[in-house]
Amino acid sequence: MKILVCASTTPDTTTKISFVNGNTKFNTEGVSYILNPYDEWYALVRALEIKEALGTGSVTLLTVGPASDEANIRKGLAIGADDAVRIDAEPISAFFTATQIAEFARGKGYDLLLFGKETIDHNGSEVPAMVAELLDLPFVSYASSLQLEGRTAVLDRDIEGGKEVVEAPLPIVVSAAKGMAEQRIANMRGIMMAKTKPYQTVPPVAVDPKTSIAAFELPKPKSGVKLVDADNMSELVRLLHEEAKVI
Amino acid sequence: MSVLVYAESPGGKLKKNALEAVTYGHKTAKALGTDLVVLTIGPAEGAEQLGRYGASKVWQASAGDFDSRQYAAIVAGAAQKAGADVVVLSHSSTGKSIAGRVAVRLGASSIGGATSLPTVEGGGLRVRKNVFSGKAIADCLLGGGAKVISITGNTFPPEVVDANASTAIEQITVDAPAASVKVRERKTVEGVVPLPEAETVVSAGRGMKGPENWGIVDELAQVLGATTACSRPVADVHWRPHHEHVGQTGIAIRPNLYIAIGISGAIQHLAGVNQSKCIVVVNKDPEAPFFKAADYGVVGDLFEVVPRLTEALKAHKAGQ
Ligand SMILES: Cc1cc2nc3c(=O)[nH]c(=O)nc-3n(C[C@H](O)[C@H](O)[C@H](O)COP(=O)(O)OP(=O)(O)OC[C@H]3O[C@@H](n4cnc5c(N)ncnc54)[C@H](O)[C@@H]3O)c2cc1C
Ligand SMILES: Nc1ncnc2c1ncn2[C@@H]1O[C@H](COP(=O)(O)O)[C@@H](O)[C@H]1O
Repeated sequence: MKILVCASTTPDTTTKISFVNGNTKFNTEGVSYILNPYDEWYALVRALEIKEALGTGSVTLLTVGPASDEANIRKGLAIGADDAVRIDAEPISAFFTATQIAEFARGKGYDLLLFGKETIDHNGSEVPAMVAELLDLPFVSYASSLQLEGRTAVLDRDIEGGKEVVEAPLPIVVSAAKGMAEQRIANMRGIMMAKTKPYQTVPPVAVDPKTSIAAFELPKPKSGVKLVDADNMSELVRLLHEEAKVI
Repeated sequence: MSVLVYAESPGGKLKKNALEAVTYGHKTAKALGTDLVVLTIGPAEGAEQLGRYGASKVWQASAGDFDSRQYAAIVAGAAQKAGADVVVLSHSSTGKSIAGRVAVRLGASSIGGATSLPTVEGGGLRVRKNVFSGKAIADCLLGGGAKVISITGNTFPPEVVDANASTAIEQITVDAPAASVKVRERKTVEGVVPLPEAETVVSAGRGMKGPENWGIVDELAQVLGATTACSRPVADVHWRPHHEHVGQTGIAIRPNLYIAIGISGAIQHLAGVNQSKCIVVVNKDPEAPFFKAADYGVVGDLFEVVPRLTEALKAHKAGQ
């Protein structure tokens, strides 16, 4: 079983977001980066579990990003990926990133291409579907469970108000949601081994990103909380009805 | 030139998110001075109503269970047939599974999770979306050629533009690959509005002390017709199901009213809920960070406050 796990890096979830250059650029000063949680906690861990259960196969971690992503890629190796690839480019748009991933994966015979359901910085949920189309593969999104029955993948797919159990033949593209696996913490042995695992850097292919970001904005802060006495819930109801007009 | 909307009908019915997409498509078509074609795939109860929401034409294509490759090919094929510059989808589980595929098929620029109508800029469009899980907003430029826009739920209320309009429905066939994904089983919870579409959400956190205490939350949700949600630790310890977990690593929501009970308001929680139009916080700690992000706050013991609020709402309803 040859598995490719695509993971991006993203600002730590506690990051206070701000922008520079007239609100056109994310202010990276003092920001620490993590692997995108869905990619690390669910896609990567499930890939490792599948490999372990079969007792054979390989898990390759792929990131499209700058050299500063290396520490996080090493973390993915420490958790258990066999080797890692970094495509040396800023992931400037979903289409740009998807093209890099698809061009790398094409013809390499991956059985499973695992993604997170979305990045917590771009929040697009676009890249995996694009990769699937570029490679003409089936795609199941928001999978909260992934089992293999021979060459058939059986997945729970989160849908609005429920779940669908679906099956599809390998090779397949899957995006992972909460429930697919439990987060793993790298141990000392993993961290030591990660230092010597294969890690290659690949140049990007040239492609029109098609979509770009012109400017950023911060949401308007709330004007201040109106406190209502705990004994006076009919006053709260009145405010919600007459002032906020939400009930 | 035209705008094509794919109005999804999971379970064979057009729901609110489909009507939101049609309304968005209608406004976009008007701004671009062009027509709106609405596509449905498979059974789509309610399609005969779409003219009232501004569809000039409704096209129906047939297909079996949802398969992203097949459905995307049908949407892209219909877009080509309509000569569409803009394709609009819902940013739902269906929409997210196909938006990227449709964009690739059409060689289009794209945006996932639009929160504004497009404005014309050069040969392209400018559209906003949330980034950093709701901590910021990005103004995106979609380059020339076709554009695929998937829209955030509960953001563009459906509008009837002509109550008497009839709907011209036409069956179309589009070449598409056979489905490779088969549905084995479907488990849906009937009668509950899914969180991303919910207008009112009642959410509770660790302040509840244990799963056995959720009755007061359910009761409050019931009088409000609200969907229930929870903070992450509560889902992690299985007090509540995973699908209720909202926040940066859960579901992002934007209801009209969000009531947070016994939730401290950690930055990761706020990220997924701060786009709610009105936020009410119930917490016994006046220093809880959530109060800074709230419109209305009640400092007090939730076990006393929540039942009182439920009673007050019942009285309000009875008096209406
Ligand atoms: C990478 C990462 C991602 C995360 N993603 C998310 C996410 O998506 N969503 C999320 O929710 N969290 C997320 N978290 C967790 C987040 O940091 C907080 O730990 C979590 O939101 C806290 O949950 P809580 O408010 O229920 O619990 P607590 O922080 O323990 O707060 C409980 C609150 O209840 C109040 N309370 C207690 N008793 C009563 C009472 N009787 N009456 C009234 N009030 C009472 C307390 O004053 C307190 O404010 C994430 C964390 C990390 C590290
Ligand atoms: N720069 C990147 N490098 C590798 N994988 C990525 C990158 N960006 C996105 N992905 C993958 O695509 C998924 C969805 O990303 P997005 O479309 O940005 O929400 C992520 O969870 C990752 O698995």
